[in-house]
Amino acid sequence: MSTLFINISLVSFMVVIALMITFSHRLFAIIIMSGAYSLISAAMFVNLDAVDVAFTEAAVGAGFSTVLFLAAMAWLPAEEKRNKALVILPLMICLFTGSLLMWAVAYLPALGDPASVVHQHVAPRYLAESYDKLHIPNVVTTVLASYRGFDTLGETIVIFTAGLGVLLILMGKTGRSPKPKKVDISAKVSEARDEDVNEK
Amino acid sequence: MKNNPILRVISKTLFAPIILYGLYVQFHGDFGPGGGFQAGVIIAAAFILYGMVFSLDELKLLAPPSIVHALMALGALIYAGVGIATFLLGAEFLNYDVLADYPAKGQHYGIILVEFGVGLTVASTILGLFMAFAGFDIPRYSAREKDAKPANKAGAKSPKKRASDD
Repeated sequence: MSTLFINISLVSFMVVIALMITFSHRLFAIIIMSGAYSLISAAMFVNLDAVDVAFTEAAVGAGFSTVLFLAAMAWLPAEEKRNKALVILPLMICLFTGSLLMWAVAYLPALGDPASVVHQHVAPRYLAESYDKLHIPNVVTTVLASYRGFDTLGETIVIFTAGLGVLLILMGKTGRSPKPKKVDISAKVSEARDEDVNEK
Repeated sequence: MKNNPILRVISKTLFAPIILYGLYVQFHGDFGPGGGFQAGVIIAAAFILYGMVFSLDELKLLAPPSIVHALMALGALIYAGVGIATFLLGAEFLNYDVLADYPAKGQHYGIILVEFGVGLTVASTILGLFMAFAGFDIPRYSAREKDAKPANKAGAKSPKKRASDD
């Protein structure tokens, strides 16, 4: 009962913050509110016993991405441009997708239902044998690092590659790579044009 | 923010406990919730706090970008290296059983090494991204376009000069 009460209050907080984000035009307020939204969803993950996900959401969603948005905001005007045109089509698409998702939720298995399909495939084997085989009490860690070690290697490579890509884009000419010798093309073009004119 | 005593004292006081907590999450991940991904983000958060309160230059002294960028690759290499090591010891890729005398101990070693690699990559990637974002500078970034502009003006001027000469 208390879990239900906590869930309802958290979800209503999230809805209020989402509406405030939609109607606000000040970028700083929007960024801070999206950080608060992430913090509340982290609290929801704790309530769902997914503490690992809550950790990540609190640190990345509420902390790191807020900092990145603030850093990006330094290059933007403080207020969002007000859009006075009626936006019927996006509203219709949002309402349609939202109602479709709400309709689909009714067909999902109940939360934590042991008979649902996802808990029937390999999960029983992991739960039954992981402690006897590995002597590690946290099944999440054994699945992540041992049973699914190859997938986690892929995830690590993805993080590395994504970081590398963003760094290459952002560092531009400020990186430590040696400066390429500047060739001033426009000067050369004007020189050539001058020569043409002289010849004529 | 460097001159605000409250921020300065609190961030200095929090720096070590945050890193200690990150190490706890990293190496206690076998027994409690946590692991490399979470620990990496928490440790990076300590450095980001330091960089936000003191300046980016101070952060670059504490964590030189060249080392941070090298650690990004090192973490992924440690992870893949464990896989290669199990290869060489005669088992499948990332089958940690062969890393020690008996399988369960080998799995412990393997998981701790692999999680360490993940934590290293995540922490240094996030820190590197923060430094790249915070140090991003449009005038310096588009230095090339600015250099080109005066040349264009000169190019535009020269026809006028010719016209007056004529």
